[in-house]
Amino acid sequence: MLEYDFMRTAFLAALLVALVCGPVGWFLVLRGQTFASHALSHVGFAGATGALMFGLSPLTGLAGGALGAGILMGLAGERVAGRDVMIGLVLSVAMGVGALFLHLLTRSASAATALLFGDILGISPGMLGWLAALSAGCLLGLAVLARPLLFATLQPEMAEARGVRLQVLDVLFLALVAIATAECAQITGVLLVFTLMVAPAATVLRLSLPPLGGLAAAAGLALAEAWGGLILSWETDYPTSFWIALLGGAGFMLVGLVQRARGA
Amino acid sequence: MTRAGHEPHGMTPAVPESIRLQDVTLARGGRVVLSQISLAIPQGSFVGVLGANGAGKTTLFHALLGLEPPVRGGMWVNGQPVRRGNSAVGYMPQMRKLVGGQFSGWSMVATALHGQRWGLPWYGRAGRAAVDAALAAVDAQALAQRPVATLSGGERQRLLLAQTLLDDPSVLLLDEPLASLDPARMRETVERIHALAQARRMTVLMSAHDINPLLGVMDHVLYLARGRALLGTEEEVITTDALTALYGAPVDVVRAGGRVFVVAEGGGSALHMQDCGGCSAHA
Repeated sequence: MLEYDFMRTAFLAALLVALVCGPVGWFLVLRGQTFASHALSHVGFAGATGALMFGLSPLTGLAGGALGAGILMGLAGERVAGRDVMIGLVLSVAMGVGALFLHLLTRSASAATALLFGDILGISPGMLGWLAALSAGCLLGLAVLARPLLFATLQPEMAEARGVRLQVLDVLFLALVAIATAECAQITGVLLVFTLMVAPAATVLRLSLPPLGGLAAAAGLALAEAWGGLILSWETDYPTSFWIALLGGAGFMLVGLVQRARGA
Repeated sequence: MTRAGHEPHGMTPAVPESIRLQDVTLARGGRVVLSQISLAIPQGSFVGVLGANGAGKTTLFHALLGLEPPVRGGMWVNGQPVRRGNSAVGYMPQMRKLVGGQFSGWSMVATALHGQRWGLPWYGRAGRAAVDAALAAVDAQALAQRPVATLSGGERQRLLLAQTLLDDPSVLLLDEPLASLDPARMRETVERIHALAQARRMTVLMSAHDINPLLGVMDHVLYLARGRALLGTEEEVITTDALTALYGAPVDVVRAGGRVFVVAEGGGSALHMQDCGGCSAHA
């Protein structure tokens, strides 16, 4: 399967995306902000359909929409970030706006499917460059944030007393989440961002690894699930997103069952 | 005895000051909590900070950490004006919902090691030694490899204490460290902190709901009520006269069975339990 250009591109894209989604998702799960990332992907959907309307690339719209929403969410702080209802409303309004944009677009059906459920085989080599740039930026940003972010996540009061600016961290982190979400949506679609952002990270967090080991393992597991999905998709002709979702869920359950069997 | 609102001349100048408040007014959410407080705490003093819920204990700590600047007045720690992120001031917040309970005790303590610095949580040899030393200082080596979620309240408390020691602070602010402990652990915790403070010459401000676990170890009592503060020794502050004057209402200090009870007129139970700001159920 690697003799085909589009498959090589797909494997590379999955590598670039998974290496970011794993570690970003690790913090996301630890911070209890997974729902926020779900909402960001939906705002990204509105952005992507809007971008299509104006003849821009959907990735631009996705990243732009998610980034804007992420920064706003961070600035609003506790008032919004912890409120399920607020996030849920933003999410549904964004999806509604996205539906409107799709309606206004002429070639809506294929675009909608690609955005909602992902189209990893349709990623162009040109897009690969963009993904590489976003991933590098995202990983670099996370490497700079990781230490205070971990401290602030586990012990916010103590971190604040040490001089950590909690809100600055929150805004910066949600900006990273937005970019990671936009990247992830290229592979899994906006509806299934959870599969690559949250499932591997949540699985790894069950393992009681120390922080750096956990971050690396989350990246590794996300990569394994993304590539596994691609291979299974090649073998079965079922959608990649389906396999990635299935692998993510199965991995999470498997670790849970093994731990229960051990009497943990 | 140093009466709040007056110049704290009563303190002997032989021991340098650790904390000094000059005419400080503190507010929280627009409401004045402490008004025109002046006091000085000498270095190495072990201070029990007492008062009802909402009397301003946490607000005072936040102000000393530079998190909430005073409405007016000046505050100094070790002769320096209070500033945010001063590593000379260690802070142990109230125990809250556990996040990251799957991490080992060691990992949990290590997150506080220069946790404010940008970069990866990579600690290096010196950092790992510092974490080991902090764990040893609170006799928590045995907790290092256990997931924090499996620890008891008292054990988690020790890890928190170890974290505050990482920066080798000269002032420790401990917010209600006894709140979630069973009575047997309370005294043990107080004695552990007292011994640590003496060995490291730290000034300790420890807020508490109940004075009894602190009896005998406190050099000073800082009693907060009605926006005012009273600083002095146990014998000076915990008396019917002193607390009646502070509260501006009849308060009895009753000693029974080696324990102290602060009782409001007409009320049967200790004052700190009842006088909780907005709640009027027991009025």
